[in-house]
Amino acid sequence: MVADGTPTRVRDGVRAALPLVLGPVLFGLSFGVLADAAGMSAAAAVVMSATTFAGSAQFAAASVLADGGTVLAAVVSAVLLNLRYVGQSIAAASVFSGSRARRFFESQLIVDESWALSGRSGRFEWPILVGAGLLLYVLWVSSTAVGSFVGGALGDPNDLGLDAAFAALFLALAMPYLRERKAVEAAVVAGAITLVLIPVVPAGVPLVAASAACLLGLRR
Amino acid sequence: MSDAWIVVIAVGALTMVFKAAGPVFLGDRQLPARAQSVVDLVAPVMLTALVVTQTLGGDEKIVVDARIPGVAAAAVAIWRGAPIFVAMLIAALVTALVRVVL
Repeated sequence: MVADGTPTRVRDGVRAALPLVLGPVLFGLSFGVLADAAGMSAAAAVVMSATTFAGSAQFAAASVLADGGTVLAAVVSAVLLNLRYVGQSIAAASVFSGSRARRFFESQLIVDESWALSGRSGRFEWPILVGAGLLLYVLWVSSTAVGSFVGGALGDPNDLGLDAAFAALFLALAMPYLRERKAVEAAVVAGAITLVLIPVVPAGVPLVAASAACLLGLRR
Repeated sequence: MSDAWIVVIAVGALTMVFKAAGPVFLGDRQLPARAQSVVDLVAPVMLTALVVTQTLGGDEKIVVDARIPGVAAAAVAIWRGAPIFVAMLIAALVTALVRVVL
């Protein structure tokens, strides 16, 4: 990170994340709006952003609830999306030190962006992860609060095309993964399972069933 | 407790454990390669399924409506390299316009 050999500091991590701030602010706002439409109180939305701190899973859970899906379907689809954090957390494990409690709380700052920034020099840097993670965390939680208070004033979110906007969000989030053949094949199978099951089972269940397509990863 | 709170607490608690998996529970042991390749597919699979439910899902039926032109327009924008939020805005605008017209 710093070319002249001075040690990297937490403030370098904050600085590294500055170019990214628009994303979390806009997504935090829109998560708040969607959560409100899904029947979550402002408090529930803010607590979710503060504890889960992972955009795609939060959007998935809220969209299942907004469609009238079950609690179990909402939890399973969000949790599956967050499974990737097990891998990211293991990869970055060696930079955390101190007591178990300290490692636990610091590891909560792992989110796609902070993780990617902290590893971009080829080895993980603790100050970048913590600095970037802190900035993103504060922005994410505060913009969720603003979004869920504004959300109530917007009227029916579907009149504004919000349902299509979230489809576009998921599509944009999926796109970077769809460069590898295996991922494309699994995505096509998942899409087909979902399409077939939508008319047959309650909302949310098609998502859980579609996750079976991940087992295509077992092929050699 | 409302459904929303149960979801918030369950997803929050499990995600916190996932994020702490390396630093607190497992150290830097690696996942077995085949388990890793299953985990690698979770994001593209779940996100694609969400695109489908969000574009075509209705109350236990397929609903073909103004969302489709909106999402199609957004897909073109994403393909042309538009930032995510621009793509979302395009989807919302096109869908809202079609709803006004129809």
